[in-house]
Amino acid sequence: MGIRTFIEGWPVYRQLTGTDPLGRGAAAQSARSAELTARTETADSMARSVCPYCAVGCGQRVYVKDGQVTQIEGDWDSPISRGRLCPKGAASKSLVNSPLRQTKVRYRRPYATEWEDLDLDVALDMIADRVLAARDETWEDVDAEGRPLNRTLGISSLGGATLDNEENYLIKKLFTAMGALQIENQARI
Amino acid sequence: MAEAHPVGFQWVMEAKLRGTKVFHVDPRFTRTSALADTYLPIRAGTDIALLGGVVRYILENELDFREYVLAYTNAATIVSEEFVDAEDGDGIFSGFDPETGAYDQTSWQYAGQEGHSGSMDTTSERDTAAGLRHESHGAPIPGQVLRDASLQHPRCVYQILKRHYARYTPEMVERVCGIPQEKFLELARAWTENSGRERTGALVYSVGWTQHSVGVQYIRTGAIIQTLLGNMGRPGGGIMALRGHASIQGSTDIPTLFNLLPGYLPMPQHDKHRTFDEWTASIHHPGQKGFWANARAYCASLLKAYWGDAATPENDFCYGYMPRMTGDHGTYQQVLNMIDGKVKGYFLLGQNPAVGSAHGRAQRLGMANLDWLVVRDLFMIESATFWRNGPEVESGEIVPEQCRTEVFFLPAASHVEKEGTFTQTQRLLQWREKALDPPGDARSELWFFYHLGRKLREKLAGSDKPRDRALLDLAWDYPTHGPLAEPSGEAVLREINGFEVATGRPLGGFTEAKDDGSTAMGCWIYSGVYADGVNQANRRKPRHEQNWVAGEWGWAWPANRRTLYNRASADPDGRPWSERKKYIWWDEQKGEWTGYDVPDFEKTKPPSYRPEPGTSGPAGIAGDDPFVMQADGKAWLYAPSGVVDGPLPTHYEPVESPMRNPLYQQQANPARKMYPHPINSVNPSPPEGQWRVFPYVFTVSRLTEHHTAGGMSRMVRPLAELQPEMFVEVSPELAAEVGLTHLGWAHLVSGRAVIEAKVLVTDRLTPLRVEGRIIHQVWLPYHFGFEGMVTGDSANDLFGIVLDPNVLIQESKVGTCDIRPGRRPTGVALREMVEDYRRRAGIGPERHDPVVTPPDSGAPDAS
Amino acid sequence: MLPDPNSLAGPLDPAPEAGWSAAPPRMGFFTDTSVCIGCKACEVACKEWNDVPTSGLDLLGMSYDNTGALTANSWRHVAFVEQPRPAGHRTPPFAGNPTGGTTSPSSAAVGATTADPVGTEPGVPTGSPEAAARMSAGPEFLGMPGAQPPGRATGAESRSDFRWLMMSDVCKHCTHAACLDVCPTGSLFRTEFGTVVVQEDICNGCGYCISACPYGVIDQRKDDGRAWKCTLCYDRIGAGKTPACAQACPTESIQYGPLEELRERAAARVATLHERGVPEARLYGHDSNDGVGGDGAFFLLLDEPEVYGLPPDPVVTTRDLPKMWKRAGVAALVMAAAAVAAFVGGSS
Repeated sequence: MGIRTFIEGWPVYRQLTGTDPLGRGAAAQSARSAELTARTETADSMARSVCPYCAVGCGQRVYVKDGQVTQIEGDWDSPISRGRLCPKGAASKSLVNSPLRQTKVRYRRPYATEWEDLDLDVALDMIADRVLAARDETWEDVDAEGRPLNRTLGISSLGGATLDNEENYLIKKLFTAMGALQIENQARI
Repeated sequence: MAEAHPVGFQWVMEAKLRGTKVFHVDPRFTRTSALADTYLPIRAGTDIALLGGVVRYILENELDFREYVLAYTNAATIVSEEFVDAEDGDGIFSGFDPETGAYDQTSWQYAGQEGHSGSMDTTSERDTAAGLRHESHGAPIPGQVLRDASLQHPRCVYQILKRHYARYTPEMVERVCGIPQEKFLELARAWTENSGRERTGALVYSVGWTQHSVGVQYIRTGAIIQTLLGNMGRPGGGIMALRGHASIQGSTDIPTLFNLLPGYLPMPQHDKHRTFDEWTASIHHPGQKGFWANARAYCASLLKAYWGDAATPENDFCYGYMPRMTGDHGTYQQVLNMIDGKVKGYFLLGQNPAVGSAHGRAQRLGMANLDWLVVRDLFMIESATFWRNGPEVESGEIVPEQCRTEVFFLPAASHVEKEGTFTQTQRLLQWREKALDPPGDARSELWFFYHLGRKLREKLAGSDKPRDRALLDLAWDYPTHGPLAEPSGEAVLREINGFEVATGRPLGGFTEAKDDGSTAMGCWIYSGVYADGVNQANRRKPRHEQNWVAGEWGWAWPANRRTLYNRASADPDGRPWSERKKYIWWDEQKGEWTGYDVPDFEKTKPPSYRPEPGTSGPAGIAGDDPFVMQADGKAWLYAPSGVVDGPLPTHYEPVESPMRNPLYQQQANPARKMYPHPINSVNPSPPEGQWRVFPYVFTVSRLTEHHTAGGMSRMVRPLAELQPEMFVEVSPELAAEVGLTHLGWAHLVSGRAVIEAKVLVTDRLTPLRVEGRIIHQVWLPYHFGFEGMVTGDSANDLFGIVLDPNVLIQESKVGTCDIRPGRRPTGVALREMVEDYRRRAGIGPERHDPVVTPPDSGAPDAS
Repeated sequence: MLPDPNSLAGPLDPAPEAGWSAAPPRMGFFTDTSVCIGCKACEVACKEWNDVPTSGLDLLGMSYDNTGALTANSWRHVAFVEQPRPAGHRTPPFAGNPTGGTTSPSSAAVGATTADPVGTEPGVPTGSPEAAARMSAGPEFLGMPGAQPPGRATGAESRSDFRWLMMSDVCKHCTHAACLDVCPTGSLFRTEFGTVVVQEDICNGCGYCISACPYGVIDQRKDDGRAWKCTLCYDRIGAGKTPACAQACPTESIQYGPLEELRERAAARVATLHERGVPEARLYGHDSNDGVGGDGAFFLLLDEPEVYGLPPDPVVTTRDLPKMWKRAGVAALVMAAAAVAAFVGGSS
């Protein structure tokens, strides 16, 4: 930057020579302020989404820059919400970016007093083994009168109301094929 | 509504600007009350008395919308002479069996049909929450019915209704609910004035109605009023359930529930549904009118979607693989079974029962007695850490070194890190685009269950055990993509929608379903969401570019209809009731139904259509019968079946109450679902004198700033700081009586637990005068637990387990307690305090909550 | 160009006066408290967009207000006022209930005394007990809060009327902004939209603006020492978007737009409320002849401003500035000359 441009950019110079003799407006605008724009305008991508909290189903626009969610705000096209959000919906960015979010598998051995780490694939494999073992141990083929039961009451599941329809569909399908009847969700609460 | 669904409340504010009058009924003055025109504080658990009072007001003053009622409801239908009303049975209807706690519904039937329905014993319906099935359709009724259009026949529904509610006078409303008569009349007048051709009124409820031992009947009473006033199927009318989770409607439609299959098909029962034919016949009731006649096609297509090529007409589409229910397998029964060591493993999928379910201690002790537990969540919630941080660790009931539960915590993907549909509270499916990949080990449930299934099938490959065929034959070949091998949500949605097996062509709707194995359809009521191979749930035509019904935003089941039963928005001849309330009408020229919405009626069936007697299926529904999913095409003021605890809603006291039922000898719902178990208990109520040990009523609900069990709000800083601590709201009168000070501590004791909270003394709470007594109610938020940025004791710990018999939802909106100033004891002393209260209240193994209320003994009563 | 004679007091369009020759219309907020549901979406949406840090995890006991005040870490603040007063046309909420006297004033007073300062420098208190009691009881409040033991009153003293006022407060973006006038660094400046913004790259944390603000809005952040407040989302409105709080607001209590338009809308709303039997509806900060030349963010209130914690008659603290300004201007020129000399010298 040359001296001249530097001086021309300097508020007092602008104040004395420009339209803002009191130096409270145009002359006082900093370079950062002059270049400021909404980060939604410079995002890499925007996804049309739906709020994850209650069942009103407010539309959300999710802005991403450099692999990070940089803003979540209401979708003004939505006939349900008209771009508005409640405090929970408005906090969605903090929800997905929360420092308290767990991103690693954690494992607690029987009788242990602390968590330990576990590889995701190993965890999945261990869970599959336990499912099959519990199923074998508690399997019921028929009732006392010989009528089919085809089930295990040794496995339970709770949850689904915060999940997608497609996820609930796979959960129900898999558990039904496993003979695991005891699946429930918040709709029962 | 302003409190828990603020963005939905914008439409109430919009209506207010246009002059709508808003009434709010709640035990506590909330943000909704602040904006309402009139607020009515009510004693928790007495809504049927209030609403029954409105029914009586309508009938006594003949303020019903008579044309609508005569044409579209069962008001004129004659009921069996064997029926005995609760009015004549001192609170119990005919057909009750005190041994089983269940009703036989034979005597509730329409006249002449008592014998036509087979066994009407509701014992197994009660165990399996069979009422939930009717979320998409009515209960069956056979054949033709007798009607008296003059409504004068003593056994017509109208007259039965009138007699049933005759004693629900304004004076009685005041005596039961604590609502002064003048205020009650203000509500009744406003409600009835907004009825008729030109005007409608809308009703909004939430879990303040469902979480009761008579919850379904609360909603039934609302439905009776809205039907009498002609508010169903019309713009500005209806009954709106505000649901609290993003896809809780979806998880009921495509149920992760033990008793249902997708589209409200029942999970097979071991004795009644031994074969495919028995199962499907129990749904479509051969010979029955209405849309359930096609149920066999929905069932066959579901099994075809499950077992693909293996499912053939010859093998009954692998029906033999289906697991069978033998009774109650609900979440509370499961938890008691966990305590008894009968359950080995437990999956928690974005749900936090240690805080969110009733009787938190039972939940945590149950989880502490498992072989293994899988928790999939965004955050380290209480249900994942009960073994090290729970209150039972402090009290010594859980010792980590002795707790064998193996815990897997698997981080979950958030809503922006996966694609899929939520179904919101008006049955609208909306597709979410994925914004980015989940961090670290976090994965979607779609990923987890697809890959878990894949692994299970790999491990079982080659197995010759019959039990493993269901898994090995499962249609489980979903395409995956990306480095994480994420299954395609669209592929799953396409299967849910249904397709032609031979060609793979997506089906246009459930009318295309076949029972010959040529179609697969994962959820018949969602069929059409992928019509023409287009993801209809991903439609986002801006609101300004379409009409106010906005039918091109997302997709609603069934068949993209936004208002159910909208045929009722036109008169019997198919003309709009009024220009102002125009919505769907018959276009004589074109010979079809038309309007702003998709007609919820066969498009070309004229209003004049009358079926030949004996016609079954959809053709059996007349052109002026709008309630097409009901077997008689009518809205039911009186429910001869489908509701297991009475054909008409009746006021019962909450299971825990400081009051004697002023209306009947019967104190609480006799058909309520009870769970005698050493860990469970019910605080005594009148006529038992020990109710005095727990003299105060408590109720719990939400704050705007938090979300249910807090797992998505106490962990999020900008929300946590807005409501940073557990508190209890008390009236100044109760504060003076007990000695509580603002911002001081109080502890609350029930027969299950003692919890502590900061005190907010506020004018927003009021004592009520009920039967000459002063009843104090306190309010607590139920969002708090021991993990997160802000912590506190859990209000749900105070509740015991007692359920509504129709849907097995717990009574967790009202209970009794004692409240004392100061902090609660800790450690062993905490349990000792609860034990002391239990001793004084006579709660122990020898005490059983009576099903049928014994005659008042003359001993100390409820005065 | 000469400064407008009203450049320090009186009606004025501030942006052209501040050198924005082709200024867009002046933009602002109209906050209609009669439709506020107290959801705090504005507080959260503001924090999310502007990355405003936490303002502390304290239960304040001031009804549902746990934010306490506008601070460096809370640029929107929803006040909750519980009053034993009639709410216009409504039936008294507790008519016929066996209530005693009111507790609202004493609860509010307790809340005000027990609350910690909200965690920012210089530590803005949540309010004095007397003021808090006045908030709850209304301007007619007399005597000591809590003099009447709660629950002891009977009969005529029993409370039946009640209303719960909610109001989302924000920086007023004054026509004559004292914070801006006293800012020695040019950090605070008038934007082309007529709003008042702290430039975080300029602010040196001197704190002059804090005592200058007649509303007690602008505040210093403890950890970085700089002054922070509402920018009316300068970055968003520059891109043609609505400020985060106004966009989130579920009930359009917070409205954003050209100030002239908002003033017309507000006048019409007051007239409607008066017709509907809410005579207490009045505007605050809309009058360009008031002590700050009118606010860029003005309000429809249902009670006296004091009830919401607002000063009844704010006056720009720099009304006497011209005299001071002459001296400051001379000083600045001297500084400027010295600085230019230093740079020229340094680069040779």
